[in-house]
Amino acid sequence: MKDWGYSILKGRQIDFENNDFSIAEYITKHEPSFRWCIGCGSCTATCSAARLTDFNPRKLKLLIQRGEIKGLADEIAKCMLCGKCQLVCPRGINTRNVIQNIKRALNTCHAL
Amino acid sequence: MHFNLFVVPFTAGMLILVILLTVRYIKWLSDLEAGNRNEIGGNLFTIKTLYAIREVFMESLLHRKVFKTNPLLGYMHMSLAFGWFLLIVVGKLETFFYTGKFANEFYYPVFFRFFEPTPHKSSLLLAFNALMDFVLLVVLSGIVIAILRRFRPRIAGMKKITKHSPGDRLALIALWLIFPLRLLSESATAGYSGNGSFMTQSVGNFMALFLPVHQLAIVFWWMYSISLGLFMVSIPFSRYMHIPTEILLIFLRNWGIKTKDHFSGFSEIEIQSCSRCGICIDTCQMNSQGKNSTTQMVYFLRDYRYNQLRPDLTDNCLLCGRCNEACPVGIDLTQHRLLQRKKKEFELPSGFKYLPVNQSVEKTDVIYFAGCMSHLSPVISRSMEKIFKTAKISYLFLDKNGSVCCGRPLKISGQFEAAQKLVASNRQQIIASGAKILVTSCPICYKSFKEDYHLNIRVLHHSEYLLELMLQKKLALHPSGKKVVYHDPCELGRGSDIYIQPRMLLSHFMELETIDQEKENALCCGGSLGNLSINPEERNAIQMATAGYLNSVDPEIIATSCPMCKKSIAQFSATPVKDIAELVVANLEALSESQKSLKHHKVGQTIEI
Repeated sequence: MKDWGYSILKGRQIDFENNDFSIAEYITKHEPSFRWCIGCGSCTATCSAARLTDFNPRKLKLLIQRGEIKGLADEIAKCMLCGKCQLVCPRGINTRNVIQNIKRALNTCHAL
Repeated sequence: MHFNLFVVPFTAGMLILVILLTVRYIKWLSDLEAGNRNEIGGNLFTIKTLYAIREVFMESLLHRKVFKTNPLLGYMHMSLAFGWFLLIVVGKLETFFYTGKFANEFYYPVFFRFFEPTPHKSSLLLAFNALMDFVLLVVLSGIVIAILRRFRPRIAGMKKITKHSPGDRLALIALWLIFPLRLLSESATAGYSGNGSFMTQSVGNFMALFLPVHQLAIVFWWMYSISLGLFMVSIPFSRYMHIPTEILLIFLRNWGIKTKDHFSGFSEIEIQSCSRCGICIDTCQMNSQGKNSTTQMVYFLRDYRYNQLRPDLTDNCLLCGRCNEACPVGIDLTQHRLLQRKKKEFELPSGFKYLPVNQSVEKTDVIYFAGCMSHLSPVISRSMEKIFKTAKISYLFLDKNGSVCCGRPLKISGQFEAAQKLVASNRQQIIASGAKILVTSCPICYKSFKEDYHLNIRVLHHSEYLLELMLQKKLALHPSGKKVVYHDPCELGRGSDIYIQPRMLLSHFMELETIDQEKENALCCGGSLGNLSINPEERNAIQMATAGYLNSVDPEIIATSCPMCKKSIAQFSATPVKDIAELVVANLEALSESQKSLKHHKVGQTIEI
């Protein structure tokens, strides 16, 4: 079977049992509005940093929720905290505080 | 030698106070920043010292700024501070005239009436006696207001009053007891010896009717001395530390010292000068509209002073600066909150490798920088482009395809170093363009350009720039008679002192309405990037209240000059909210429309003829 290619590719697999949810928990605790996200991507569409580099807040949110936090520190460091995402968010999420808390979580519970 | 054992509590309290104050002041003054000492030296023998003395008299004693907030509140503070000061000074003079010597035991004037029970003969001393009674009466009236106010803050014009810690309450009770006890002890002595004046003698005679005043007097004098001693000892550990420290603060401030980007000895002096009067509680929109009465500066400074700061006290603040304007002590409150954020967020990761480095920029005289927020309200930058075109100015729209943030949003969330990287990137481009004028539409960027970029060119907010163009007759604006009310953005108004320019510009072609809370007292729109952790309901409540307030004068248009304020207010306003640049363009276009129709009309007329 293996040769036929029907196994799940490692890259497509979400391993909920071994993933790290501590960051997601930390954010939800300190900025509960994190849970309101519907993943519409308005934040990414307007993002000042995303215009200049490969930065995607919507994707980061998804990955954090799945507990796939490898390389998160390098990604989140790209944010300029300008606040445009907060103004366009249709759910009224306090996005700047979410970002700040991702950074704090990385600093306190992870030295990635 | 005048002595009785009851002077010991007062004397001991006084000694402890003097020793503690000396130790602390030496520590703080040695912690001043290096440049500060030169500044003091340079300004010591100038007119600034005289200004400081005047300010000490007006603020520390008369409490002029508190009077402005509310007359009764001002009277309360004045009667206590100035009244007590007079009791000390007049008391000292009284002993001088009585003994003919200036040097006495330092507790002698305090307990003068106990040590000298024989009634005075000379009219001068009798006058002094009456004066002392009168001043005591004034102080007592202040105490009565203070006690009533504790239970009903509204009588002195305050909605909320500071919730004090147990230590402060103890000191407060000691202070409240001092003057009634002084009245009782002086009256009791007057009751048996007859050395009182109009108030103490009457009270004393009344007491003598049914009380053994001779025996009671010594008890009262003991209690008076103990309450004085207790209060003296409590000063360094309670809010009353502001009494001696504020005087020092006023001198240092007049000599040009400020809290900058580092916490220094001066910052410590500022923090200890907070009297916890609570005036900042009512003025704070987080309280009055957001219904959060635990995050105000009075609590921030208190908990900071005792090292018990909760994180939400640092984060949950709009940094709008309303408290700065209201503070009767004149402490730079928002700067302290900012410095605390800096301390807390010290090592948060940041990396901006993607920023353009040494990018070549087109040479130009005028640079226009819209700012991130203006890109969310593109009508502002479009208006500016039209204006540049109308005024025939060649310009470079630096962030036409999207901005690199100016850095201030990072800075006000405490990440000074990360902000510096963004500053460096933008600064390089601005300098490379060789521009002489930098115009921006965003007050946040404006403040950042002014304070953090150290540019040697003119930095103008577009409201200033448009006024200049109009005065140079490059823009022909015509009165439209529309009723407009102007909303001051926090970063532009309180943050950068730009109040007049937008008003001059607007009143040139519109009917500018005035509103009570404007200029220094303007409301914050609620959209502020200063507050990280505000919850969305609180934010909405503030936005709604500000929009409602601006609508209360029935304007046809609400004008502002900040894209963020515009968005915040427009959400909740029935009246259209426009940026000042939009209004200018609308006026220019209305004019050219009417000229066109006039031409058509003329053409039509000629055909008819």
